[in-house]
Amino acid sequence: MAVDTTTGTSTGTASRASEVHAQLRGLDSLDAADGAPRGRRLWEAAWPKLAAAGLALLAWQGVVWSGWKPSYLLPGPGPVLAELGRQGTTPEFWTAIGITMTRGLVGFAISAVVGLALGVVVAKSRVLRSAIGSMITGLQTMPSIAWFPLAILLFQLSEQAILFVILIGAVPSIANGVITGVDYVPGLLVRAGRNLGARGLALYRHVVLPAALPSITSGLKQGWAFAWRSLLAGELLVAIANRPSLGVFLTQSRELQDTTYMIALMITILVIGIAVDAVFAAVDRGIRARRGVATR
Amino acid sequence: MTALTLQAPAPEQTVAPAVRLEGVTKRFGAVLALDGIDLDVQPGEFVCLVGASGCGKSTLLNLVSRLDKPSTGTVEVAGRATLMFQEAALFPWLSALDNVAMPMRLAGVERSTRESAALDLLDAVQLREFASKRPHELSGGMRQRVALARTLGTAAPVLLMDEPFGALDAMTRDLLHDELESIWATRGLTVIFVTHNVREAVRLGDRVVLLSSRPGRVVEEWRVDAPRPRRIEDPAVSALSGRILTALRAEVARHGR
Repeated sequence: MAVDTTTGTSTGTASRASEVHAQLRGLDSLDAADGAPRGRRLWEAAWPKLAAAGLALLAWQGVVWSGWKPSYLLPGPGPVLAELGRQGTTPEFWTAIGITMTRGLVGFAISAVVGLALGVVVAKSRVLRSAIGSMITGLQTMPSIAWFPLAILLFQLSEQAILFVILIGAVPSIANGVITGVDYVPGLLVRAGRNLGARGLALYRHVVLPAALPSITSGLKQGWAFAWRSLLAGELLVAIANRPSLGVFLTQSRELQDTTYMIALMITILVIGIAVDAVFAAVDRGIRARRGVATR
Repeated sequence: MTALTLQAPAPEQTVAPAVRLEGVTKRFGAVLALDGIDLDVQPGEFVCLVGASGCGKSTLLNLVSRLDKPSTGTVEVAGRATLMFQEAALFPWLSALDNVAMPMRLAGVERSTRESAALDLLDAVQLREFASKRPHELSGGMRQRVALARTLGTAAPVLLMDEPFGALDAMTRDLLHDELESIWATRGLTVIFVTHNVREAVRLGDRVVLLSSRPGRVVEEWRVDAPRPRRIEDPAVSALSGRILTALRAEVARHGR
C-alpha cells in the first residue's frame, strides 16, 4: 500500500478534502448570523422619553393650576422654561456650568484612576480583600455630605474640599465595580487564557479585565452618579469667592426666594445628569453589542 | 479503498515519548481520581481516551497541560501541551482573528506577523473569510474550529482535546473529524483526545485507551489498524467499536454491583 505522509496528496484524499471543505462552507454559510438592521432605532428609543417628559410637564402644570401654592412660590413650566431660555443667553450661566462640569470631570477622572487601581489591587490580593474589601462597601453606603464638615476643616472652603468629597464618594463604587467584575469572570476563560500562555499581569491585561469590562463600566457609571451628587452638595456648602457655580446659584436663588430661577437651575442639573448617563448607556450598549449580549 | 495517505508513521519504541505518565495518582481530598496511571504517547501519535463519567479523563489532561499537579508520580511532556475544551472558550470581546492571534500576542510576536500567521491558521480551518466576525456571530462548529486554530497558534507539539466535539451535531462532527485528522497529519501533532463516544475514538485514534471509573486506571488498550482516512460508518470502525463498548459496559456494570 502506498503511504505518503510527506506531501499528503493523492487523488483519493484530495477529492475527499475538497468534498469536506465544500460541505463545511455550505454549513458555514447556513450558520452565519445576520446583522440586525438599525435605522429606526433612534426614533424608537426617543419617543417614549419625549412622551414621558411631556407627561411630567403636564402633571407639573396641573399642580400649578390646582392653586395648591401661589404662583410666585411654585411657577408653572411656562415661566420656568422662559427663564431657562433667558439664562441661556447670559455668559455667567455658562461660566457656572463650565466650572461645575470641570470640577465634576476632573474629580471623576481622578476617582476613576484611583478606583480602578484600588479595585485591581484588592481583587488580586486575598489579604487586602479581607482587610479593606468590606470597608470599601461600607464607605459606599455613607452619605458623602457627612464628609463635608471634616473636609471643610481640613481644606477650608476650597476646591480641594470639594474634590476630597467627590473622591470619597466615587472611588468606592468604581473599585467595587472592578472587584465584582473580576469575581464574575468565567473560570473557563481564565483557564483558556492560562492555557494559551497568559500568566500574572498578562492574564489580567488580556483576559480578566476585558472580561470584567461590563461590570467595570457599570461601576464607573455609578461612580459618576456619586461624584455628581457629592459635587452639588459640596457647591451648596462650599461657596468660593469669584467662582460662580450651579450650586452657588442655587443657594442664591433660595436667598432671593426666586423659585422660577431655582427650578430652571434644577432642570439644568437634571439635564446634565441625563446627558452624562446617556453617554454611559451608549458605551455599555457598545460593549454588549460587541459581545453579542442582547440589549433591548 | 484507494491508497491510504494520511497514515502517520508507525511509532517506534526507540523514539523518546512525547508524553510519559509514570505512576500518576491524583487525589482531591478523600477522592482518588487517578490511580497509578502509566501511559506513553509517541510523537505524532493520536491517542483517544475513553471511559465512563468519573474516570478522571479531564483530570489527566489538566495534569499533562500543567494546569494541575499530580499527587504522586511524574508527568513528562516533550515541549508544550495545550488544551482544547468542550466549549470553545473564545474571548467574546475579540474577533476570530484576534482570538487566534492571542497566544502569539502573549508570546510577544509583533502585530503584523501574528496577524498574518493567524489568518493562515484560520485558513487551515476553512474560516479565513470569517476573520472579522466575533464569536457570537459564529455557529458552535465554527467556534470550535476557531478554538482549534487558536490552540494551533501556541505552536505546541502536543494537543490535548477534552471532548471538543461533544456539543456539536453529528454532521458537523463528522466534518470536523476529517478536518482534525488532516491538520494532525500535515502538522505532525501528537494528540490526546478524550471522549466518551467510542466510535469517535476509533474513527480518529491510532490507539484507544479505556480508563476505569473512580479511581481512573488504564483497563485495556487497542491499536486501531483500519486504514486512514476512515469514516465513522466503516465496518472496521464499527467492529472495533463494538468490542471496546463491550469492555466499557463491563467496566460500568462493575459499579452497579
